[in-house]
Amino acid sequence: MKGLMDWIEARLPFMEAMNKHVIQYPAPKNFNFWYFFGSLAMLVLVNQIVTGIWLTMNYVPSGEGAFASIEYIMRDVDYGWLLRYMHSTGASAFFVVVYLHMFRGMMYGSYQKPRELLWLFGMLIFLVLMAEAFMGYLLPWGQMSFWGAQVIISLFGAIPWIGDDLTLWIRGDYVISGATLNRFFALHVIALPLVLVVLVFLHILALHEVGSNNPEGIDIKKPKGSVPEGEKSPFKFHARYDKYDIVDAVPFHPYYTVKDIMGVAGFLILFCYVIFFAPEMGGYFLEKPNFEAANPLKTPEHIAPVWYFTSFYAILRAIPHKLMGVVGMGAAIVVLFLLPWLDRCKVKSVKYRSIWHKLNLTQFVICFIILGILGAIPATPGRTLLAQITTFGYFAFFALLWFYSKNEKCKPVPERISK
Amino acid sequence: MSNAPVDSGRRRFLTATTAVVGGAGCAFAAVPFIASWNPSAKAKAAGAPVEVDISKLEPGQLIRVDWRGQPVWVVNRTQAALDELKAVEDQLKDPASDEPQQPEFAKNQYRSLKPEILVAVGLCTHLGCSPTYLPDTFGEQVSGVKSGFFCPCHGSKFDMAGRVFQNVPAGLNLVIPPYTFVDDTTILVGVEEGAA
Amino acid sequence: MKTWLLILSLLVPSAAFAAGGSSVPLDDANIDLTDNASLQRGAKLFMNYCFGCHSTQYQRYERVATDIGIPLDLMQENLIFTGAKIGELMENSVDDEQAAKWFGATPPDLTLVARVRGVDWIYTYLRTFYVDETRPFGVNNVVFPSVGMPHVLEELQGIPTKKYETRLIDGEEKLVFTGEIEVDGSGEMSTDEYDQAVRDITNFLAYSAEPIALERQRLGYWVLGFLFILLILSYFLKKEFWRDVH
Repeated sequence: MKGLMDWIEARLPFMEAMNKHVIQYPAPKNFNFWYFFGSLAMLVLVNQIVTGIWLTMNYVPSGEGAFASIEYIMRDVDYGWLLRYMHSTGASAFFVVVYLHMFRGMMYGSYQKPRELLWLFGMLIFLVLMAEAFMGYLLPWGQMSFWGAQVIISLFGAIPWIGDDLTLWIRGDYVISGATLNRFFALHVIALPLVLVVLVFLHILALHEVGSNNPEGIDIKKPKGSVPEGEKSPFKFHARYDKYDIVDAVPFHPYYTVKDIMGVAGFLILFCYVIFFAPEMGGYFLEKPNFEAANPLKTPEHIAPVWYFTSFYAILRAIPHKLMGVVGMGAAIVVLFLLPWLDRCKVKSVKYRSIWHKLNLTQFVICFIILGILGAIPATPGRTLLAQITTFGYFAFFALLWFYSKNEKCKPVPERISK
Repeated sequence: MSNAPVDSGRRRFLTATTAVVGGAGCAFAAVPFIASWNPSAKAKAAGAPVEVDISKLEPGQLIRVDWRGQPVWVVNRTQAALDELKAVEDQLKDPASDEPQQPEFAKNQYRSLKPEILVAVGLCTHLGCSPTYLPDTFGEQVSGVKSGFFCPCHGSKFDMAGRVFQNVPAGLNLVIPPYTFVDDTTILVGVEEGAA
Repeated sequence: MKTWLLILSLLVPSAAFAAGGSSVPLDDANIDLTDNASLQRGAKLFMNYCFGCHSTQYQRYERVATDIGIPLDLMQENLIFTGAKIGELMENSVDDEQAAKWFGATPPDLTLVARVRGVDWIYTYLRTFYVDETRPFGVNNVVFPSVGMPHVLEELQGIPTKKYETRLIDGEEKLVFTGEIEVDGSGEMSTDEYDQAVRDITNFLAYSAEPIALERQRLGYWVLGFLFILLILSYFLKKEFWRDVH
């Protein structure tokens, strides 16, 4: 047995990789609640891929067959309903954990030097995830699938000169049709998941290159020889860390594997509660009009995107100009990419930053949530005004950050995570 | 950092218990994925018993019906064909139908409920091709025998009761499906007498 | 504080939206999916009064019969009018184009209507037809104005009319619709019986929309129970390992 393991190891260094990335990877010992969501995002990704593969076994990607095939899965296939609810709930769960994961990064400055590329990969994942979710939402071929796609694809029509030709090209028809469905299906089940998996892989490689941040924002890698022998972390880490003195860290395995298992169990309780007791989640995870087959002649009375897009949708609606609305919505996402360069402060964790930063981050979160609610309900003049104010607040976060972060008055950051 | 000695017994116990419970969880989670490969309600509905009207079935004629997506033959055997069944017995692999390829009621020399009417699943027991019915020219395959079934894929040969000849790739007689006579001219394929 | 209240009030979805697009208050359908007798009565009423025009084409007769406890031979004899086999989908033989000519629109499939409209809507809808001579079928509906469907349950309910009363509005006496429907007593059923019949139909449609609902919840308790055990175990496991660190 040992001989075989050595034979493989000499040709494909599997244990070496495990040691480097899991068993002897130094993780700060002070990860808190917010650090569960990275591993949970991985779990949900696996759930989406596996249930997705199983759904394609019975799903029919055609304008005539799609809607009926979903009901076929829900009724005629053994446990098909469970696979379907796991996938539909998983889509929403994915965004829940990813939004919390992103917020964690913003709170603790995990995007700051040297983790800029890590943040960029994360943002790319978010972008691809949105595309993946959007295309997946067309597949049940219900009223909301159809008209939601109609509205979103029409957004491209706002682009000057090429807009109309572009929308026609995306649809492959003069309306959303079976042709659109088929290409979205192909992208949803293979192209985008592949990209997603590659990006997640790069995200983790980039993370392990620079090391994990932590709630204190204090580096666990100290210059060699700067830490007295008794204060170094007593654990054995991978040889690549020998050039540092590692403090306040534990090997990822077993300490964070057991902790993440606990996180997974807790998450699954919430996840399964939704699957088994509230799969529609009050119409937010599965929208009511989507139980009616797509009808190109009749728009539902109220079109709202699924909840995870509503914040950006509210920004779009808040701007009373078709092109500028689209630009505003795009900018709301692009500006997140720029975060590592907009924040010029050297202090990472919100814990040690100025009151202005704390207030700014708080107002950003409030604006984002209010926008999310506004995007889900019909617009009225009062609500449009509120959406405009919160859109302003959303962008103001980044502008203000750029101004005050240059010479921000922060609290002194301790040398070490704890005594 | 405490230097308290590690209680390794407790640790081993918790690790093992969590691993077992987690493993059981994974096994439970696999159930829906495995079960979803069973025939769906649609497939089962398509597998419902089928009625065959044999009032217009001429002697010597074969008709095919679709049962669970398989070709089921109904043949009205002539007296000559029935006489041949006895004659070919020493050239067959399983002349007495000892292998469980038929319901109990068909374990007789005709492999049928009524001597003249043969009901059989028309799929070769070798690799699943559908053999050809040769009502008059089977002598080219087995000299001296007028009618039988010949599989074009790998040359397996069956007599007029679906029994396989020696020295061919197929090892077993053709399958006789469960069936019953609703009345003299109607067969219900898919259920046995008394089970319906 | 005032600003916050204002913002909050803006964020509360209006009653109209919550009610699924209808501006009429809906009555509580108060259905019970575990009540097989109600589901069977509902199935019978549905097959007799609705199925002529509306299919429930995503479900199968056999599954319905098994789930709500109707013996298969009774189902085949008494509730299958189209000559379909028991394992087949519940499609009807209405020609869509013809139907569109008669009613102005194709009668929609009703398999999932309870998930689209909600049970309260169905319950209220079937009880709020009223006489309106301006409409092609002589009836209109309170929750579905200008509906293109005749009042097929009229022989059960009797002839329904809107109930009006005089109210003082801005100092003027006006005739106002009270929101209630009166019947003339010509129906086969009393008001209570009719409400129950409609509740049965609603119950059946709720079942049809998601036949797995009860089984899903039953399974859910086991799954959650299992996960709680896993959570407790993993908590102690984590604690045990982290004693090295703390």
